[in-house]
Amino acid sequence: MADTKSSVFNVKDLNLWYGDNQALYDINMDIKENDVTAIIGPSGCGKSTYVKTLNRMVETVPVVKTSGEIEYRGKNIFDKNYLVEDLRTKVGMVFQKPNPFPKSIYENIVYGPKIHGIKDKKTLDQIVEKSLKGAALWDEVKDRLHENAYGLSGGQQQRVCIARCLAIEPDVILMDEPTSALDPISTLKVEELIQELKKDYSIVIVTHNMQQAARISDKTAFFLSGELVEYTDTNTLFSNPTDKRTEDYITGRFG
Amino acid sequence: MVSSKNKQDGLSVSERIEKNKQSNSSTAFVEKLVPKLLLLCATLSVLVTLGILYTLLSETFTFFNEVSVIEFFTSTHWNPWRDSYGILSLISGTLLITVTAMIIAIPLGVASAIFLSEYASDKVRRMLKPILEVLAGIPTVVYGFFALTFVTPMLDKIIPGLSFFNALSAGIVVGIMIVPMVASLTEDAMGAVPNVLREGAMALGATRLETTVKVVIPAALSGIVASFALAMSRAIGETMIVAIAAGATPKFSFDPTQSIQTMTGYIVQVSTGDVSYGSTIYYSIYAVGTTLFVFTLIMNLLAQYISRRFREEY
Amino acid sequence: MALINKDTVSNKMSGRILKNKIAKVIFFIATIIGLLFLGALAYRILTQGLGSLDMDFLTGFTSQSPDRAGIKAGVIGSLWLMSVTAPVTLIIGVATAIYLEEYAKRGKFTRFIQINLQNLAGVPSIVFGLLGLTIFVYIFNTGEIVLAGGLTLGLLVLPVIVVAAQESIRSVPNELREASYGMGATKWQTVRRIVLPAAIPGILTGGILALSRAIGETAPLLLVGAATAIFTLPSGIFDPYTAMPIQIYSWTKAPQPEFEYVASAGIIVLLVILLLLNSIAVFIRNKFSKRL
Repeated sequence: MADTKSSVFNVKDLNLWYGDNQALYDINMDIKENDVTAIIGPSGCGKSTYVKTLNRMVETVPVVKTSGEIEYRGKNIFDKNYLVEDLRTKVGMVFQKPNPFPKSIYENIVYGPKIHGIKDKKTLDQIVEKSLKGAALWDEVKDRLHENAYGLSGGQQQRVCIARCLAIEPDVILMDEPTSALDPISTLKVEELIQELKKDYSIVIVTHNMQQAARISDKTAFFLSGELVEYTDTNTLFSNPTDKRTEDYITGRFG
Repeated sequence: MVSSKNKQDGLSVSERIEKNKQSNSSTAFVEKLVPKLLLLCATLSVLVTLGILYTLLSETFTFFNEVSVIEFFTSTHWNPWRDSYGILSLISGTLLITVTAMIIAIPLGVASAIFLSEYASDKVRRMLKPILEVLAGIPTVVYGFFALTFVTPMLDKIIPGLSFFNALSAGIVVGIMIVPMVASLTEDAMGAVPNVLREGAMALGATRLETTVKVVIPAALSGIVASFALAMSRAIGETMIVAIAAGATPKFSFDPTQSIQTMTGYIVQVSTGDVSYGSTIYYSIYAVGTTLFVFTLIMNLLAQYISRRFREEY
Repeated sequence: MALINKDTVSNKMSGRILKNKIAKVIFFIATIIGLLFLGALAYRILTQGLGSLDMDFLTGFTSQSPDRAGIKAGVIGSLWLMSVTAPVTLIIGVATAIYLEEYAKRGKFTRFIQINLQNLAGVPSIVFGLLGLTIFVYIFNTGEIVLAGGLTLGLLVLPVIVVAAQESIRSVPNELREASYGMGATKWQTVRRIVLPAAIPGILTGGILALSRAIGETAPLLLVGAATAIFTLPSGIFDPYTAMPIQIYSWTKAPQPEFEYVASAGIIVLLVILLLLNSIAVFIRNKFSKRL
């Protein structure tokens, strides 16, 4: 199992509590560069919490406590001097439900670059075009960039959110069940997009849909009740799981 | 019914219910009567509005039989005891108070709302919110007393030439009085912005400040602006603070260090003085009251219009 | 092709975060200013007023001389006012709320009443004073008595009670109503035996808050003729009266500077009564909030 790719995340003994309830138990996991890493498991298994811990979005809930380490590119993100804003600039996120801002498509895309200090109009225009092309949305919306993003379909809105994420040129993209609110055709488009994106980005995707994980990911991690049960190549996991619980889950015996 | 109760033995429950129903034609009567009584009460609030309109308009018409409408709305000289009625002096006094109050209330109110809604932890919020509620519950006569005996002497040390009664002190205290209103309505508007939008911004590396200024506030803007309009209406109609601390010197001026008179202040002055029923001065308080009413009504309707027309669809 | 220069982005980062920290401090200070103001007000009034606050002050009438002035007539007058305001506004307010929530169809008329109430809530209190002066004092020719003052205050706080009662009635779960109808109960039986008892804590809380607003009102009472100096207590709702805020106002306006201390003492009494009322409201809210 020698893997020559370098690691983006090294998760070491991660535990997490919401108040008194422990949600994650001793997670150890290496996430590799330019991989699509899928996180699967039944609802409430902690997969969403886990992916939100990677960019510390989980801390928007005030009662969250963690122990252990997550190294991103060799630095512990829980370190006191580590700036969350810096982390989130490099580790982008796409949410479960499309959440475009109530602004125009254009304003949605340039929001990130603008807050990071890019004001030059020409550069911004280029960023918009590049990001929308990257999100496979440019041809559909290039003529109505200044219309409100709320006028788009759900699938298009989600791709605006992906483009918004690409606009600040992140290193990693976290996706928290990005297709769960979309219809099958939109889902297919987003899946194709993920295949394109993995050339340039490392992607961690949470999904409740095992077929989706099997279709798009290189590696898959199976979570159960806050524990990482099994983490290996996607093909191996689905064809030859080593843990009985994984086998039960992927064969549909529970979940 | 009472007599039937004594002979109930031997009847089953359903038989008793049936029996009661037959003997109880009053139930049906009550069912018909109650909604009518309730409707009557609900209509009373409409009657109150009509009463206000009738009162204001009829006495104002009487007033304009004796004083020229044109003089009233264009003259800048107000001295009823010498028969000069130019309401612009009172309006300028009212505006002076309102503007001063809004200069205090908007920044403080919005900043408090941002702190409470975006920065404060639940614990801190639970500690701070009651302060605003207490501020909102203090009677205005207390605010007025405080303006006159505390704020004015304090301002006097900083501002030379400040008169004992002045618009500045009263305006500042009116501003403090309406801070809770601006803060709580603004906080409501910001609270209605869904959290996923904040998450979206923060996941791009935005700070709290950038999230608030560029995402939350634009999304809540209509509610925030509506709160300003409501607060202005309150400031325009505020009476006791200005009656106590702003003076009784109607003048067409925009110097806040001087004694002025507002529309509400004039009505209080007349009602506490010895003015006989039926005199021109007596009717003048209705003309002033009508003008005041129109000003506040416009602000209230504006607030309702803004929050309806520009309601965000998140 | 990178359009974003990573170095510039990370160079700007610390400045942006500093800005956020400074903003947080500013927002906090702005929030605290209200507290500072409250503290200054409380300190000022306590230091000025406690010296004058004794049994003589509580049991005496007002006077030309500051050291003999008392607030008895004001306290009793305010209580008499509330004896008119409370029942009138509670009955009419709750009835209006029941009508709007339980009986009215969601039509134009209901909307009209709602908007009307919303606008009434925004009418300056002094305009209610003008209403009371014309309608009660002159047209019904009551003269300057408790009844006129109490009714004027009642109309003034009516919207407060209606809104509180509406919210309270609306929060009664529909399952309760359905359960009652399911047993063959009529509409009014359901409202009277199920909805109202469940809504009563909220209605009472709203009612107490409305009354504390009414007790602190000054301007409308000045218009409907509360006396500033009075030396007999009202013995019924048809007698002349004064009220706490009116007495405080007249002491504030008095020429002798010593009246400042008397006014402060009066304010302490008024605020203590308001505090008591609000504590009752909070008590009711906490006691009953768990039950539903």
